[in-house]
Amino acid sequence: MPSADPNAMTSDVVLVTAIRSGDQGSMAALYDRYSSIVYSVALRVLQDTGAAEDVLQEIFMQFWRNPGAFDASRGNMAAWLAVIARNRAIDALRRRRPENNIEDVVVSVEHDLASEADRSRTMERVRGALQMMSAPQRSALEMAYFEGLTHSEIAGKTGEPLGTIKTRIRAGLLTLRKALAA
Amino acid sequence: MSVHEQFAEDLALYALGSLEGAERHALEKHLQGCSPCRRELELLRGDLSLLTLTAAGPKPPARARQRLLAAIADEPRLPATAPTSARRQRSWWTAIGWPALRWASAVAIILVGIGLLRQNSTLQQDLTSLRAQFTDQGSKLDQANEVVATLLDPEAMKIELVAAGNKPQPRGKAIYQRRNRNLIFFASNLPPLPAEKIYELWLFPANGAAPIAAGLFKPDARGSATVVNPPLPVGVEAKNFAVTLEPESGSHESPRGTPVIVGVGE
Repeated sequence: MPSADPNAMTSDVVLVTAIRSGDQGSMAALYDRYSSIVYSVALRVLQDTGAAEDVLQEIFMQFWRNPGAFDASRGNMAAWLAVIARNRAIDALRRRRPENNIEDVVVSVEHDLASEADRSRTMERVRGALQMMSAPQRSALEMAYFEGLTHSEIAGKTGEPLGTIKTRIRAGLLTLRKALAA
Repeated sequence: MSVHEQFAEDLALYALGSLEGAERHALEKHLQGCSPCRRELELLRGDLSLLTLTAAGPKPPARARQRLLAAIADEPRLPATAPTSARRQRSWWTAIGWPALRWASAVAIILVGIGLLRQNSTLQQDLTSLRAQFTDQGSKLDQANEVVATLLDPEAMKIELVAAGNKPQPRGKAIYQRRNRNLIFFASNLPPLPAEKIYELWLFPANGAAPIAAGLFKPDARGSATVVNPPLPVGVEAKNFAVTLEPESGSHESPRGTPVIVGVGE
């Protein structure tokens, strides 16, 4: 079961309910809570403040127009926004049309990420997990996630066999999961 | 969690958006019918979302907030007004001319003003009503959250009452809502699991199709267990539910083990 703080989850649910009825103040509150997650991942991917601001605007406008896209019973708001922001930033980086319908993105996270303190705690553990990985494993995972490179492109860039890259990415993710579950 | 090993690496690539062509097509087809792999995909996306936290630090500039608030203020979700007909305006203008247009404009402005006042009053009433509904729903939601938290709290006392003198038997209760794919399952008095075994909940579709895996679980020391909203395909009408004893590892595409409890219908 998710270990999320029930009060924080309730707050997200209440905010989303109000946004569904067109409440602009609740939209501002949601932005204040999660804009730093969306902006920081977009900036890391795009390495350009203007382009990251465009992704930030696009993600929150998309949510304003279609707040029903997030199903509170099936996921964690912070994790969901992080994933769709990363996907949109990669689309922008590769100058392609958005690939995923945000309603189809279901993200399952057992960590509470509603407050800055929660995120900071989890971030320390993620950084610890990255340190536990081998350098090639960490590098393959970061190239795939933050640069949006396909496994074929990573294989071409590093000169490693395709199968090795696939295995490294999967093993890296399992190391991350194991470290966070411990 | 029993993920099909042949898809394990592709699932990670798919979560990253890196899988293409025939491999992507094959995996998407497999995902349609495999709930453990769909669940693994959700978990992989969750793992990746945590990776996002390593980018945390920079805050967006204040102008980004102003830009968003200005944009949502420009797009309030209010009923759209009916478009006017340019063609009709042109023919009317040609026939009557400027003086009549000025009179008509003045009348139109007055009428629009009256209309706006009425609309404003209606909107105020709607807003008051919506606020009341919102407060009421918030309160109901809090109550619902408390009920769910109590039901799912592993430390809450769960005592089953049976006829005096009878030994408690394994039993379960599945509450399933097809429309929203919501499934809550409670089991009690389950025998302790043998080594390398696990319980698995199954949904038997009403159309006679193959049973659908609806979650692996291990009971607590008192034989109680709960499964909440496992990943399920959309819109499946259920005929029955059952729990089987399965190997802890390996495929769970169809029940292979011994049935432990089986539904008796409503």
